[in-house]
Amino acid sequence: MYAQMIKSEATQDDPEKLAAFQARIDAGEKIEPKDWMPVGYRKTLIRQIGQHAHSEIVGQLPEGNWITRAPTLERKAILLAKVQDEAGHGLYLYCAAETLGVSRDEMTEMLLDGRMKYSSIFNYPTLTWADMGAVGWLVDGAAIMNQVPLQRTSFGPYSRAMIRVCKEESFHQRQGYDIMMKMAQGTPEQKAMAQNALNRFWYPSLMMFGPSDKDSVHSAQSMAWKIKMNTNDELRQKFVDQTVPQAEYLGLTVPDDTLTWNEEKGGYDFAEPDWDEFFEVIQGNGPCNTERLAARNKAWDDGKWVRDGLLAHAEKRSIRKVAAE
Amino acid sequence: MASVDQTQLFEFLCRMGDNTLVLGHRVSEWCGHAPVLEEDIALANTALDLIGQTQMWLGYAGDVEGKGRTADDLAMLRDVWDFRNVLLVEQPNGDFGQTMMRQFLFDAWHLAMLKALTASSNEQIAAIAAKSVKEVQYHVERSGDTVIGLGDGTSESHKRMQDALNLLWPYVGEMFVADAVDDAMAQAGIAPDLASLRAEFDAHVGGVLAEATLTIPDGKFTHKGGKSGFQHSEHLGHLLTQMQWLQRAYPGATW
Ligand SMILES: [Fe+2]
Ligand SMILES: [Fe+2]
Ligand SMILES: [Fe+2]
Repeated sequence: MYAQMIKSEATQDDPEKLAAFQARIDAGEKIEPKDWMPVGYRKTLIRQIGQHAHSEIVGQLPEGNWITRAPTLERKAILLAKVQDEAGHGLYLYCAAETLGVSRDEMTEMLLDGRMKYSSIFNYPTLTWADMGAVGWLVDGAAIMNQVPLQRTSFGPYSRAMIRVCKEESFHQRQGYDIMMKMAQGTPEQKAMAQNALNRFWYPSLMMFGPSDKDSVHSAQSMAWKIKMNTNDELRQKFVDQTVPQAEYLGLTVPDDTLTWNEEKGGYDFAEPDWDEFFEVIQGNGPCNTERLAARNKAWDDGKWVRDGLLAHAEKRSIRKVAAE
Repeated sequence: MASVDQTQLFEFLCRMGDNTLVLGHRVSEWCGHAPVLEEDIALANTALDLIGQTQMWLGYAGDVEGKGRTADDLAMLRDVWDFRNVLLVEQPNGDFGQTMMRQFLFDAWHLAMLKALTASSNEQIAAIAAKSVKEVQYHVERSGDTVIGLGDGTSESHKRMQDALNLLWPYVGEMFVADAVDDAMAQAGIAPDLASLRAEFDAHVGGVLAEATLTIPDGKFTHKGGKSGFQHSEHLGHLLTQMQWLQRAYPGATW
C-alpha cells in the first residue's frame, strides 16, 4: 500500500454535526468536497491521498530506471506505458486531494522538502530486468490489496480515483508476473535473476502494509471514517496467502524458512519483516532515499523555467485576446 | 515497383525505423523526470508511438532483407555503423527546450514525409504511413505549441529556445539531402523526392518559429553522415550501450 502510518487527526468539531456525519458514513453515503466534514477527516485524507499520489510519482523512478535498457521493443513499450500509467495515477490523486483545498504545487513542495512521505518500497533499487517483473508482481500486487477495498472509501473523489487506478493496477500485476514467468522458465541466468529479485523484494513488499496496527487509536478512527478499510495485518496476510502459491507456480522460493501453511487459520504463518529496517527507510536511510528525492528535486528545479515560460506565454495570450476584443 | 533493388529498399526502411527507434529511445529517457506531470505523460505518449512505428518499419525491413531478422534483432544487435537514422534524432536531450526543439524539427519533416508516403506505390509502406501519420500530426501540434509557448514565454525561456534552435538547425539539412537510395525510392514511386518536402517544411517551421519569436540562424552548413551510416555522432554508441545491453549480455535468451 502506498500510504503508510497515516496518523488520523483528533477532531474537535461540534458533536451533533460529527454524529450526523458518522451516520452518513455508516449508511454508506459518499462524502463530497462541498459537504461539511470534520477538520480531522479533511486533514487525514489530505495526508493519505497526498502520500498515495507522491508514491505514484516517486514510484516512476525505480521502473523508469529500466526503460532505456528493456530487452525488446515490446517490453520497452509495455514498461513505458506502465510507468506512464503511474504518472496518470499521481495526477488523479492530486486532483482528488485538491478538492480538499490543497494545491498540487503545495503538495509537491512538501514532498520535495520532506514534510510529506511516499511509500517505503520505492527506496529500494532495481538492479536487474527481473526486478521489473518483481515490482509488477509484488509491489503492484500489494498496492492492489490495499486499493481494491479503498474503492469503497467514504470520500467520493478518492473512491472514484481508486476505481480508475485499480483497473490499471491489475493489468500491471499481470504484466509483472508475465516477466517473472519468462525469466523463471528461461536460461539458468534468467532464473537466478528472478530468484534474486524475489529475495530482495519479498520483505520490502511485506513492509508496504505498515507495522501491525491492531491497537492503534488512529487506525480505529480512520476505519470508522472508512478512510482505512482493513488493518495492516489483515492485508498482509491476504497478500502472503495470494503470493506464495504464485511463487510456487514460478518454481521460485520465498526467502522465509518459517513459512508454513496453518490449517487452522486457513492461511500461512510467515516471518515478519525487519521493522527496524522499515523505520530507518521511513527516516530517510533506505538504500535509495537520497537518489529518489534528489531526482524529484532536480526535475522540479530544472523544470522551473519551463513552467514559468509556459505560464508567461498563457498570460500574454490572454492579454492579447482581451485587447483584440 | 517489383523492379526496386531490395537492398536499397531495406536501407530505406532502416532509415525510417532507425529514426523512430532512436528518437523514441531519447524521448523515453525523460520518463519520470519531466518539468510537469502532464509533460511527463505526453512525452511517454510520443515515445510509445515512436516505438510502435519502429516495430512496423523494422519488422518490414527484416522481411525485405529475408535473412530472418526480426525488428528486435535489428534494433538490438546492430552496431553503430549499421544504423541509418539522421544525426538530429541521436543528439542528447539537453534541457527540456532542446528536447522539444529537436522533436519539433523532426516532427515537421516526419509529417511531410509520412503524408507523401501514404501515396507510396508499395502498399505496406503506404499502410504504415497511414497509421503513423495520425500520431505524428498530434506530435507536431504538441511540439509546435511548446516551442511557441517557450519561445514567446519569459526572457529566459526565449533564450534557451533560441540556443536550442542555433544548436540543432545545422542538423535539419540532412533530412532533405537525397542520395542514391532516395533516388531509387523516388523513381519507383515508393517515396517522395526529398527536396520536394522542403517547401512544406519551411512554411510550417517558419510559421511556428515566427510565432515563437525565434530566429532561424543564417548559415547554410549542414551536418551529414547519419542516414548513410558513414559517420554518426559519438552519442549514438552510448545510447546503444544502454539499449542493447541485455541482449548483448545474455545472447539467445527470450524475454
Ligand atoms: Fe499506480
Ligand atoms: Fe503502482
Ligand atoms: Fe501500477
